[in-house]
Amino acid sequence: MTLLSEVEERAPASVPGPPLTEAHVRGVLDVVLDPELDEPITDLGFVTSVTVTEAAVEVHLRLPTSFCSPSFAYLMASDSRDEVTALLARRDDPRALVVELDDHHDSPRINAGLAADAGYRGTFGDEAEDSLDELRMVFRRKAHTAAAERCLTGLLRLDPERAVDTLGEVRLGDLPEGHDREALVRRRAALGLPVDGDAVVLVDAEGRRPDDVPMALRRARSTRISIDGNAHFCRGLLATRYPGSEGDQAPRAEEAFVPLASLTTRPHPAKEQHR
Amino acid sequence: MYTKDGEDFYIVDAHIALWDAREENQRNIHGKQFIDCFYDYHRNLSPESEVWPYEEYLYQGGERLMKDVFTDGYADHAIFQPAYLHEFYKTGFGQSEEASALAAAHPDKLTYNHNFDPRNGERGLEQLHADAEKYGLKGVKLYTAEWHGDSRGWKLDDPWAYRYFEACRELGIKNIHVHKGPTIRPLDRDAFDVADVDHVATDFTDLNFIVEHVGLPRLEDFCWIATQEPNVYGGLAVAMPFIHTRPRYFAQIMGELLYWIGEDRILFSSDYAIWTPKWLVEAFVDFQIPSDMSEYAPITLEQKKKILGLNAAALYDLDVPQALRLPEADETATGPRDPSAADPDLVGAR
Repeated sequence: MTLLSEVEERAPASVPGPPLTEAHVRGVLDVVLDPELDEPITDLGFVTSVTVTEAAVEVHLRLPTSFCSPSFAYLMASDSRDEVTALLARRDDPRALVVELDDHHDSPRINAGLAADAGYRGTFGDEAEDSLDELRMVFRRKAHTAAAERCLTGLLRLDPERAVDTLGEVRLGDLPEGHDREALVRRRAALGLPVDGDAVVLVDAEGRRPDDVPMALRRARSTRISIDGNAHFCRGLLATRYPGSEGDQAPRAEEAFVPLASLTTRPHPAKEQHR
Repeated sequence: MYTKDGEDFYIVDAHIALWDAREENQRNIHGKQFIDCFYDYHRNLSPESEVWPYEEYLYQGGERLMKDVFTDGYADHAIFQPAYLHEFYKTGFGQSEEASALAAAHPDKLTYNHNFDPRNGERGLEQLHADAEKYGLKGVKLYTAEWHGDSRGWKLDDPWAYRYFEACRELGIKNIHVHKGPTIRPLDRDAFDVADVDHVATDFTDLNFIVEHVGLPRLEDFCWIATQEPNVYGGLAVAMPFIHTRPRYFAQIMGELLYWIGEDRILFSSDYAIWTPKWLVEAFVDFQIPSDMSEYAPITLEQKKKILGLNAAALYDLDVPQALRLPEADETATGPRDPSAADPDLVGAR
């Protein structure tokens, strides 16, 4: 059983013929993630506008501050360009494509690099020592860690009597169907980890199981808190910088932000007395 | 001093600035973008009553600072942590002369920390010696994402940086504040990646490394490093105002910090003038981990007192009234400092 096949891909593999609409373009941008926040740029409100004319498709992006990391900015802008380019190619659509990042301290450089399809090193020249692959991998690993923690914490909530140590034995197929499992499966697939039902959930990015399960979960929790917190910080800043942009943001599941409270369903008389 | 319900709190604001971001001091568009970014932090995370008009935000001056931090605020002592940013501002962002003069005029209230940039090589080393003498430095603030000619950042474990840390050791500059915060600069990798703190903390065990903004948004990396290095501390600049906008997220940050690095290594900061200390001190004294978040133990009164001032006072040898002092917690030097700060029956707490 491959759980990945159950996951509904957000971007359709092929889009039926004309006319090309803004919705098609936004649809493919749904798969572009902010690497650090692990959320689609469309949900975050980072897509300012999508314009489709007879001659061209023009996409504008914006970020919460003008000093957001240029490497992350470049990743999101170039991923956006790649996705829309692929969409046009699938449709055999000859329209020109313009992707621009606005209001960033590196906007001129990034936009020129995108227009020339210069790649990361071509865009930043001598400043770019490495490719962005390793940076992207760092955040893929973190996203995987956080996704696994959400799933295992969810299990614990369903069965508060379960011993924490046993969470190291949980398989993908043991997880209830739903958003958290799908998210985990997608992140495992991105890392090349197995996605079959027998695969162990609590593994690192190389597939290794931890010696100390409770400690591994404790660390995973701080990773998840870090990512969730960043997401709220960036969303808030975007809304401050661009009044009204909060309307472009998909509501973030409350579940994802402060789920720890739900862990407290287990009766704990000693703690009650303590308080 | 702040007093609430008969309890006295000795307050040290461990991260303040006297900046000049007015248009006449902006060197280029980046100078405007930088202060605008700060102003967005200020507007986004402050209570409405504490939001300043933009014009006032660009520059405060010494008199206003003394009022905000000491008269209206409750600080007993505050420490300047200036960012230089000479590529963005004509006379720099942090105002060295004005701030150090203010500190010299109020030695009981203010400590002036300066900065250095290892990319200045030998010349910068000489300057550091001169600055240490001129300002009587006990600490420095390092901003690894500083632009410098063609370079847009440096790392603490660069060979030249090691020569500067060796100089700090000789000069008695023992507190090294490092900005690791919301990602604003780096190009490759991530200049605010906290891994370089790990290297220098291991190689300079006689220096204290205070990671400002507790590594946010790299909280977990910071916590993990801090558990392994006894000389790594967490500064709460920029984390503090979440107490108002995201109190439950703030509770999680505090819960994690108390678990991983313990009550003796967390330092309160307003990051003035991004925020004013008054409301942050009031809110922190009143703050408690929400009772339904029982995976974290409640924050005790003693822990609050340490975080709000006693921990920084210890690093800077400040003369805290005898009656207000507290002993260090009996915590291990490495590893999670206070596992009992988490409920042992809950996930991952053991």
